[in-house]
Amino acid sequence: MSEATAKRHMGLKTSRAISNTAIHVLLIVISIIWLIPFVCIVLQSFRVENTGPVGYVMPKVWGTDNYVKLFQTDFPRWYTNTFIAALATAVLQTIIVLCMSYTLSRFRFKMRQPLMRFMLILGMFPGMLSMIILYRVLKDLGLTQANAVPGLILVYVASSGMGYYVSKGFFDTIPMSLDEAARVDGATRAKILYKIILPLSKPIVIYTVLTAFMGPWGDYVFARYIAFGTSAGKNVAVGLYDWLNKDQISNCYTMFCAGGVLVALPVTILFLFLQKYYVEGVTGGAVKG
Amino acid sequence: MTQLSDLEFLKLSKGQKFGYRLGRFFTGIPKAIGNFFLKIGNGLKKAGSAIGREFADIVNTFIHGDWKTKLSFFIMGFGCLARGQILRGLLFLLFEIVFISYMILSGGYWLSMLPSLGKVGPSEEYNEVLDAYTTTYHDNSFQILLYGVLTIFFIIAFIYTWRVNVKQNKMAEKILASGKKLKSGKDDLRSVVDDQFHKTLLALPVTGIFIFTVLPILFMILVAFTNYDGTHNGYTNSLFTWVGLDNFNTMLSWSGGSGGTQSYAATFGEVLIWTLIWAFFATFTNYFLGMFVAMAINKKGIKFKKGWRTILVLTIAIPQFISLLYVSKMFAKNGIINGFLLDMGWITQAIDFFGDASRPWLARVTVILINIWIGIPYLMLITTGILMNIPADLYESAKIDGASGWQQYRKITLPYMLFVTGPYLLTSFTGNMNNFNVIYLLTAGAPTNAAASSASGSVGYTDLLITWLFKITMGAESKYYLASVIGILVFVVVALISLIVYNLLPSIKNEEDFR
Repeated sequence: MSEATAKRHMGLKTSRAISNTAIHVLLIVISIIWLIPFVCIVLQSFRVENTGPVGYVMPKVWGTDNYVKLFQTDFPRWYTNTFIAALATAVLQTIIVLCMSYTLSRFRFKMRQPLMRFMLILGMFPGMLSMIILYRVLKDLGLTQANAVPGLILVYVASSGMGYYVSKGFFDTIPMSLDEAARVDGATRAKILYKIILPLSKPIVIYTVLTAFMGPWGDYVFARYIAFGTSAGKNVAVGLYDWLNKDQISNCYTMFCAGGVLVALPVTILFLFLQKYYVEGVTGGAVKG
Repeated sequence: MTQLSDLEFLKLSKGQKFGYRLGRFFTGIPKAIGNFFLKIGNGLKKAGSAIGREFADIVNTFIHGDWKTKLSFFIMGFGCLARGQILRGLLFLLFEIVFISYMILSGGYWLSMLPSLGKVGPSEEYNEVLDAYTTTYHDNSFQILLYGVLTIFFIIAFIYTWRVNVKQNKMAEKILASGKKLKSGKDDLRSVVDDQFHKTLLALPVTGIFIFTVLPILFMILVAFTNYDGTHNGYTNSLFTWVGLDNFNTMLSWSGGSGGTQSYAATFGEVLIWTLIWAFFATFTNYFLGMFVAMAINKKGIKFKKGWRTILVLTIAIPQFISLLYVSKMFAKNGIINGFLLDMGWITQAIDFFGDASRPWLARVTVILINIWIGIPYLMLITTGILMNIPADLYESAKIDGASGWQQYRKITLPYMLFVTGPYLLTSFTGNMNNFNVIYLLTAGAPTNAAASSASGSVGYTDLLITWLFKITMGAESKYYLASVIGILVFVVVALISLIVYNLLPSIKNEEDFR
């Protein structure tokens, strides 16, 4: 190696080292920016001296008062509402989405293309529009306000078939030859689904359950419409949102933070364990669109 | 604009090429519209002849069929029962009985009331027993409209089933004539989990979509042609009725409201323009910055790759209403951001990020910036997967040719990414147009747009069409008819954008390519 190339080599190495250090610094800054709000929420949930919003982060007096107070409000009720709705939705929505996407991926029938096109067009209408009528209908059925939870589950689950894209993309990657071999052996189509496809579909099932759970867990709009005017029917999003209105914020701000921590904790832990499946689902879904 | 040959096109400079493509696109529009109507015309012609054939077939079946078939025209399923297909026959018969009794008991009433949406509103009468005025309720416009539409669907379903019934008879006769055996009830049951398994699987999801999406959307489209609002709720205060195109006239007219307020059209235009600007920046800032972060993490020699990713992914897990509400309070006048800036001495007076109506763009830019914070982790995930799929030898050969990092990005990474994520970008754009959560939870539309507000609910400078729609339905007046009009217009805009972009995108791939 001549001296000149060696020098160039050294130059390249140092410039790469510099750019890598710069990127590391940048990533640290990014991580800080992304984590700051969450750190602040946790810190402020332990603040005792002032229950309203303040301009500083570190509590002057630490304590768990906010968490204690939280359980004297309707918060436990909201939490249970949300949990039941999210759990039921996770189960039912997964079944519906899998039925839909499996069918659209595996079968070729006359109405397939028109159905998919129709759902694409339906998706262009703002979903909120249908809430106005659904609210009135659910009210006639007695599924609003204090009984909001079953009504909410119905609303979340019923139209979930339209979100079939990601899991259809997954089913498309399972080779058709598996089905065909089973057909030759005389298996019915239903049997193929239970015995062959489902055992292979663990990642997409987990992804679907996870997203189906997270939707209702953080939903605001639909819950607002359906729990209209009662405290017992609220979910956490509506309940905590109302704590931040002008009349209540000075008393409830730190309680909002404490509630937020309790709401975020379970999903964050769940996410930590199931991250892999979520990432797979999201990346797959975007490419297959 | 005349079409150039390939050779001529290659000679153009980059700017000219772009101009040429754009020109071709716009000069192509009239032709495309013409084609569209031609297609509709052809479709109608085809549909017409198809209906003609159907009728001919029905008549022929009746004339040439045996007595079992003939009787089936009136008693559905009779042919099946007579030929031993008990299960099918019973189902047909049951459907007919349900349909006829429904039509007699209530369907006829709903249909007859549909043109007027109810005749008698609630009335107050003196009740001698109670010695007080009591209100008695009569017609219910809301139910009339809802069940009227349902009844029409039921009739269509009945006609379809009746047609299937006729067809079945014809087929059964043919099969019997050729000496084969008809399918038994057992065969039918097996087909539910086998040949017809797709229908079994789709039954529940499609019913759900029909009842909870199609029907409500249809209903709301119809509401746009009525005066349904908080004071005409159709039952307890006063009936609502058809008003034709009045609501569209209100929304799209330029004449101002009473007291010098802005017209609906002006407000709609303002909100629409901001919605489009927002959707554009929300989509592309996230896209490019997310891609940048993904590339930074992917770069050779970066440590803790998994750690950086996990930190960002975890922020997706936290429900948006918590993070957005909290961030909106951080940016409040007495929030942490202002506190920090004041402490550092960089400002002397707290900045009112979301409340200053004299600086609407401050709120708008802040919202877009915060949205970057929301969106990057998600985009980082999506782009990471795709970036890893770019063949590494492309970069190798580019390096050998002496391409700089920027050139590699411009010539390899970006085209590849745009090609693969084209459809995703489109859905993301339309999704952002309807991004209720970010706007409503961050600013709830604030700062208020005073000129627009008095005319049309409390519209703010950061309101999107979707949050405006929501506000209109939540107020005391609850102008549902206006919300429907906005909803329909949102649909028109989204559909138009999708149509244009889909025709321009290079990567509209055949779905089957992925298999």
